[in-house]
Order: sequence, then C-alpha cells, then structure tokens
Amino acid sequence: MKVSGLISHGLSRKQKRAARHALLYALLSIFSVSTVFPLLWMLSTSLKSGDIIFEIPPRLLPDGFHWENYARAVTEIDFLVLFRNSAFVAFLQLLSNVFVSAFVAYGFARFQFPGRNVWFLLVLSTIMLPGEVTMIPVFIGFSEIGWINSFKPLVIPGFFGGSPVFIFLLRQFFLSIPRELEESAIVDGAGSFRIFVRIYLPLSVPALMTIGILSFQGSWNDLLGPLIYLNDTDKFTLPLGLSMFNGVMKVEWGPLMAGSILALIPVLLVFLLAQKYFVAGFKLSGIKG
Amino acid sequence: MRSKKYEGYIYIAPWIAGFIIFTVAPLLFALYAGMTEWDTFNKPKFVGLHNYVQLFRDEDFLKALWVTVKFAAVSVPLGIAASVLIAVMLNSKLRGIYWFRTALYLPAVVSGVSIYLLWKWILDRDFGLINLLLGQIGLPKLGWLTEPSLVMPSYLMMSLWGAGGGMLTYLAGLQDIPGHLYEAAEIDGAGSFRKFWNITLPMLSPVIFYNLIMGIVGGMRKFGDAYIIGGAGNEGRFYMIYLYENAFKYFKMGYATAMAWILFLIIMVLTLLTFKSSSLWVYYESEVRSRKRK
Repeated sequence: MKVSGLISHGLSRKQKRAARHALLYALLSIFSVSTVFPLLWMLSTSLKSGDIIFEIPPRLLPDGFHWENYARAVTEIDFLVLFRNSAFVAFLQLLSNVFVSAFVAYGFARFQFPGRNVWFLLVLSTIMLPGEVTMIPVFIGFSEIGWINSFKPLVIPGFFGGSPVFIFLLRQFFLSIPRELEESAIVDGAGSFRIFVRIYLPLSVPALMTIGILSFQGSWNDLLGPLIYLNDTDKFTLPLGLSMFNGVMKVEWGPLMAGSILALIPVLLVFLLAQKYFVAGFKLSGIKG
Repeated sequence: MRSKKYEGYIYIAPWIAGFIIFTVAPLLFALYAGMTEWDTFNKPKFVGLHNYVQLFRDEDFLKALWVTVKFAAVSVPLGIAASVLIAVMLNSKLRGIYWFRTALYLPAVVSGVSIYLLWKWILDRDFGLINLLLGQIGLPKLGWLTEPSLVMPSYLMMSLWGAGGGMLTYLAGLQDIPGHLYEAAEIDGAGSFRKFWNITLPMLSPVIFYNLIMGIVGGMRKFGDAYIIGGAGNEGRFYMIYLYENAFKYFKMGYATAMAWILFLIIMVLTLLTFKSSSLWVYYESEVRSRKRK
C-alpha cells in the first residue's frame, strides 16, 4: 500500500494524465480496428480475383484491383433492377412514414376533441405490439385480394397512419412549437391544414429529417417484408436479391461482396450528407435489433 | 362552431383506418387462426388450443425458443456493458476522438443483408478472416458456423460488433451529467471507480433501462442475420426463423400464428418485468427532487 502510494505520488499529475491518455488511445485503437477491420476485409474480398479468394491460406490483401467483380455484380445479380425496386419501395415508405405520421401527429398535438386521449393511448399501445403478431393475418388478407407479388403490401399500409413511433415523436415535437406563431396566420384566415403546411412542417425539418433517415434505413434493409410478399426476381429488392445468392452451392464471394458494398452506398451517402440527423436517429432507436 | 369540435378527427382519420384494418382486424383474426389447422389451400379446421399444446411438445419449437432466450439473455447485458464502457472512453477530451467515434459507430450505419453476408464470409471455416487471423498466431481453425457449440458465440460476436448504435445514446446521457457531481465526489476523495459506480451508472440508468427494453424486444425478434447465416445443429434457428418456416415453408398458418401469440406474450411479460424492476435500479433525478419536496 505504502509503496504504491509513494509511486503514485512520485508521478506528477501531468505524467499521470499522459499515462491515462496513452491507455485510452490504446484501448480505443484496438476497438476501432476491430470494428473497421471486417469492413476492410469486405473491400479486399470485393477486389480479389476468383482464384485467390479460395486460396489456402487466405490472403489479407487483394492481388491487384479486380474491378470486374463490380461489373459482374451489376450484371449477374441484376443490380440495377434490384436497386430500382429498393429505391421505389424506400421512397414511398419514407413519404408515408414522414408525412402521414406528421399529419396524424398534428391532429393529436393541436386539437381538443372528444376521445383524443383514448386514441392516443391506442397509438402508444401499438408501439409495443410486435408486427409479427399481425404478420400472418395481414399476409392472408393481401393474398385474398391478390396483392401478393406486388409492391402494394409493402407500400400501402404506411399511408394508413404512418408509424406509431413516429406519430409519438412528432406529436412531442409539435407540442413544443409555441402557439403564438399560429395567431397571425389565423388572423389572415388560414385554415388548420394551411397552418400545418406553412408553419408546422417548416419548423419541424430537423425532426422530419431524423425520422426520414430512420425510415429510409429501415426500409432499405428490410428483408422479411419483401421475402414474404415478392416472388418474381424482377420485383426483388436489394436485400432479397443479395440473399438469394447466399444459398447457391459455391458462393462467388468476390462479386457478392462487391454487390453488398454497392448496396451500402446509399445509406453511407445519407450518413455523410446528413450525419447530424443520422446520429439523432441512433439516439432515438437505441440498440439496433 | 360545432364542426370545429371534431376537426382533429380529420387528421387522425388515416391512423384510425389503419388501426382497424392493420391492427384490430388482424388481431381478432389471429386469435381465431391460432386455434385452427390451416394450410391456406383448404378451409381452416378449428382445433381449439391444440396448436398451443402441440408447440410445447415440439422439440424444434423448444429449441428455437431456448436459442433465442439464451441469445437475448447474454447479448443484451453484454451489449449494454460494451456500449457504456466505450461511451465513457469516448467522453474524454482527447485529440482525434471524432475519428474513434466514427469508427466505433460505423457498424451501426452499415447494416442489413450486406453485413450478414459479410459475417458469413468472415466466419467461413476455410477462407474466412477470423480463422486467417487465428492461423497467423498459430491457433487451429475453428468451425464457427459448422460446430454447434460455436454458433452462439459467433452470434454474440456479431451483436457485439454492432453495439455502436447504442453507444451514442449513452454518450448523450454522459454529456448531460452535471460536472459538479464529480467535483463534489472528488472533494470527498472518491476514486475513478467510485465515481463511475456511484455517479455515472445511476445517472445513466434511465438510458440503460430504455436500451434494455429495446434490446430484449429486438433480440426476441431476431430474424435477418439468422436467416442469412444459419448455423449448425439448429443453433442458429431463432424463434422468428422457425415461425417463418412454419408459415411460409410448411404452410402451417395456424401453428405459426400460435407461435406469434406466444412470442407476443413473452415480449409483454419481459417488458412488464423490466418496468416493474425499474423502481429498484433506475434513477430519475426529477422524481427524487419531487419526493424531497414532499
């Protein structure tokens, strides 16, 4: 005890701080390397020639830059069709998630009407209801009306009320907007919808951006929905198309990793362009499921 | 003026319609479907609670349930511990901290099938990255996905890799802790560990609570990565995978619906238990203040 006390007293405060910083740097470097390394391995594989991927022992670095893997991914996986389908579904889901949720949230935030609290309680309770419980009946309903193998089951439900979590978040946000801002609009004779479009939406851009990014990330990555509803390869979304190449006997990892990287680019772009909102989205969604 | 009283309903009408079409009606139908034997081609046959009884005799079901519960029970606390630790380290004012932060939450930015495929490739027995690295330091190759006992550790490794998204919630929580708490503790002679245990952790407990619930729900519903990656000995066949197989591979809609109800019940009970336990360990500053005032 005494000796260690002496030693720690022997070190100056500055030295102690330097030692702590060195330890922190070392640990953070180790963790950072282990998160980034797999992604570099992905990049490396996507640039390797077909022969070298299945070489024993495997090599860390690629044998040159085999960009043909990317060309093969685009042609063999039919990347452009998958991309177009994914973009179409993600765009419509984003539209409904952001604007319909905002529309409903506005109703809850700015109006007093009989039964409002009961309805809002129901919104909250659907947040806790996992989609798996209604998945099979909804699937059967859609197959009864012949919507299987189309984008409708993925896209239409969103326009009926958006998403309960987003309604909740936007309601909270709308409640924080001071009502005085509306008054001059009301004097000018603006109706409630005009106030929503002219005042509430513009003031909520940060919240809407965050929700838009969460929605985009969710639909871009969704596998279960497309897996259940889409049958024809020309209707597949990217996650579904990529997953189909997983089952084949000898996986061509070069083109598959190239395709996987291409599929990540839109999300990475959104991240780079709107990092602030992206980070805000993480804070809302917590650990990813 | 009378019409104004109900104006709000115009705005919430889409949600009410959706609630009835996509929640209430399916729930009622699911209640019935769970009590039928039904392959979608023939008419459903009412069998009462038979599906539920059958499920608990179905070894594959029990295995899937066990695998999923085991995964959630280990991965959620592990993920929370890792993200709190990393958040505390990232909260220090170091040069270049921005780069570390970006590197550490990069796995949460990139997700989905691309990453599941990447992990399948990394865990490959013969050509994967992990065995390559093990080989470099002279260790033998391991069958990460082909050896049943290693499948769960592989999934835990993957979930740990993706823990960065949660870390940001803690980082925000840490930045909200008032500095005077630490100053007071220092005057009382508290060391770093005591400060962490008696200030940081209690102040973060609401965030931990939130992430605990999100983690449990997410873990129980695990689907995507398990669908792509699988694993030997049914060790990678999580609850939702088995539910999906029953519904869309074997067309046992009634059976799968019963599974969905059980999943819902489990999630409900776990969430309620977490909520109930929260008064014992979650610290809300505003609550303590109001109690004192009384």
